[in-house]
Amino acid sequence: MATSSRDVVLGRIRAALGAATDASAASAGWSAIRRGYQRTATRDREGVLELLVDRLLDYDANVVRVGRHEVQESVSRMLTARGVRRLVVPAGMIPENLPGGFEFVADEGFSAAELDAFDGVVTESTLAIAETGTVVLQHAPGQGRRAVSLVPDYHLCLVSAGRVVETVSEAMDRLHATADLATTFFSGPSATADIEMTRIKGVHGPRFLDVILIDED
Amino acid sequence: MSGTALDPRTAPTFPMAAKTMMGDTQLRKNVRHATDVIQAKRARVVDEMPDWQELRESGKQIRQHTMEHLDFYLEEFESNCTKAGGVVHWAKDAEEARRIIVALVKAAGATEVIKIKSMTTEEIQLNSALEAAGIHPYETDLAELIIQLGHDQPSHIVVPALHKNRQQIREIFQREMNLPELGETPQDLADAARQFLREKFLRVTTGVSGANFLIAETGGVCIVESEGNGRMCLTLPETLITVAGIDKVVPRFEDLEVLLQLLPRSATGERMNPYNSIWTGVNPPDGPREFHVVLMDNARTEILGDAEGRQTLNCIRCGACQNACPVYRQTGGHAYGSVYAGPIGAILTPQLQEMHHAQSLPYASSLCGACYEVCPVKINIPEVLIHLRNKVVKQNGMLNAEALAMRAMGMIFRSESRFRAAQRMGRMAEAPLVRKDGRGEGWIGWLPGLLGGWTQVRDLQAMPEETFREWWEKRESKEVASGN
Repeated sequence: MATSSRDVVLGRIRAALGAATDASAASAGWSAIRRGYQRTATRDREGVLELLVDRLLDYDANVVRVGRHEVQESVSRMLTARGVRRLVVPAGMIPENLPGGFEFVADEGFSAAELDAFDGVVTESTLAIAETGTVVLQHAPGQGRRAVSLVPDYHLCLVSAGRVVETVSEAMDRLHATADLATTFFSGPSATADIEMTRIKGVHGPRFLDVILIDED
Repeated sequence: MSGTALDPRTAPTFPMAAKTMMGDTQLRKNVRHATDVIQAKRARVVDEMPDWQELRESGKQIRQHTMEHLDFYLEEFESNCTKAGGVVHWAKDAEEARRIIVALVKAAGATEVIKIKSMTTEEIQLNSALEAAGIHPYETDLAELIIQLGHDQPSHIVVPALHKNRQQIREIFQREMNLPELGETPQDLADAARQFLREKFLRVTTGVSGANFLIAETGGVCIVESEGNGRMCLTLPETLITVAGIDKVVPRFEDLEVLLQLLPRSATGERMNPYNSIWTGVNPPDGPREFHVVLMDNARTEILGDAEGRQTLNCIRCGACQNACPVYRQTGGHAYGSVYAGPIGAILTPQLQEMHHAQSLPYASSLCGACYEVCPVKINIPEVLIHLRNKVVKQNGMLNAEALAMRAMGMIFRSESRFRAAQRMGRMAEAPLVRKDGRGEGWIGWLPGLLGGWTQVRDLQAMPEETFREWWEKRESKEVASGN
């Protein structure tokens, strides 16, 4: 029987390393990796939230902070200011956050072309990272399929203050339990610097991004 | 630059190609401008990280550890990816990788694919293989689109069209997209690309990507990008084919906390890329129904087997070494004759060719160390360059002219009288070659034979009329004579 390419490649690796390796050797080696970088927060809660707002603004997102009872009104103001009317929403959105006067359509597995016809999308989020100005979405209730938050040209994202962490390490630690869900990190709206390294906002992903940061009561 | 793919097997030697590139003042201006901008952005976001050096050290250790257990982590990735509904393929070399991908596209019944920017697909010249099989690949990254429509070749790992300025890009888009009225601001050009590609994203049902990281612990794949073209290609097609070098695996999900800090700050000078995607196998109804990963060796195991060269595999393709390199900044990327240009290309390309081609690349460096300083995973590129130079010399045999000359030099340097005699002889021998400049300084612009390598790219100052020692001895004897 001919040797499979898999066996050939693994055989070459073992020859190069001098021996095969196993789970216990790998695990011991991994635990010995030096991790002297900053993994936990260094700021107080308010400092972390201010940092998130600052970093989101720095990357061209529009951000407001509101109390929990003001969310619906804030969503209404944002959508009116953007001049959007018909929005797709993933299943599992908290209905109290969605104001009247707009058409919110629950995602039923729309095709890309159907998603393209919406004015925008409203989602919740899994967490946000202050240090990098990043919001993370997963395939979960209120966040939905990746295509839903991608194809429409406008994205309004709700972030609960309780889900904001300061460092990338804290974020990866929280995401670990649900690491197998499809996950998207976004830091500002779609952008490119491919032409003369000039940063331009908005290529294929949503060109317009609003974030509502919801303070805890 | 012609549409011929960059191929280290047929490319001219670096000094030859560099000489041509140095004559292109527009290209040099574009490269200088772009690398200046990225370097300044990188410095700003690296300086705000007090733990940057600790992150680099962890990044280095994670990569080094991965290579030491590469067989284990690849098998772990394969097993977890398969459990999640992905299909894993193995390719010994570029030829096999191309064959697998073409067969998968055909099996999906597709005649078109949308592609995310991937240096691995450039390395294996996938696009020409797809075209030869009657499949049209659409590059969707803005820079790769510029390269594809301009029948050009990538010159940088992260910003492949960095050698083109806005007027040149506008001309390409006007011609290829049939937009005679197109403006020339970067915004106009990005809008044109959005229009052009939107229809492809919505229509084409097969996507091809590379990978930034394969996560052994979960079987997940991570891709970082800016424009959202990546998300489109990963999310909308029915079939997704990812090709990755076996070096792209990382042990655990947690390791991304280090690499996702190092990569964006080093590559584009951003705190985080606008978009990172992580997915594991297939996740109906979210994303493709069919997902394939092609794990490719293509000489990476050769590099793994070389104790000193192995650190080359730690590279996470950020391009920081290219932006920092005084040689790359003068010549641009095409002179390297490979899709991997700059300092990392100078060590990676010859090793991927198993030292049979691209032997001039380890010499395309002044060993200044700027690349090592900015490398997010601390690859000691100068050390590997010297190691590879040594290999080139050994491979070319110890009886060649250079090796003999070096041995003669060694003999001369071991004896003071021989050294002085050689200096006197040198002054006599160089006399016919020396030309005086306006200030009376002597310069040599041409040397014969093997020595010509030196004067090919620079002038050599003539030897002084007397050496320091001769001057000192004369001075001492004068002082004795004057009685001091």
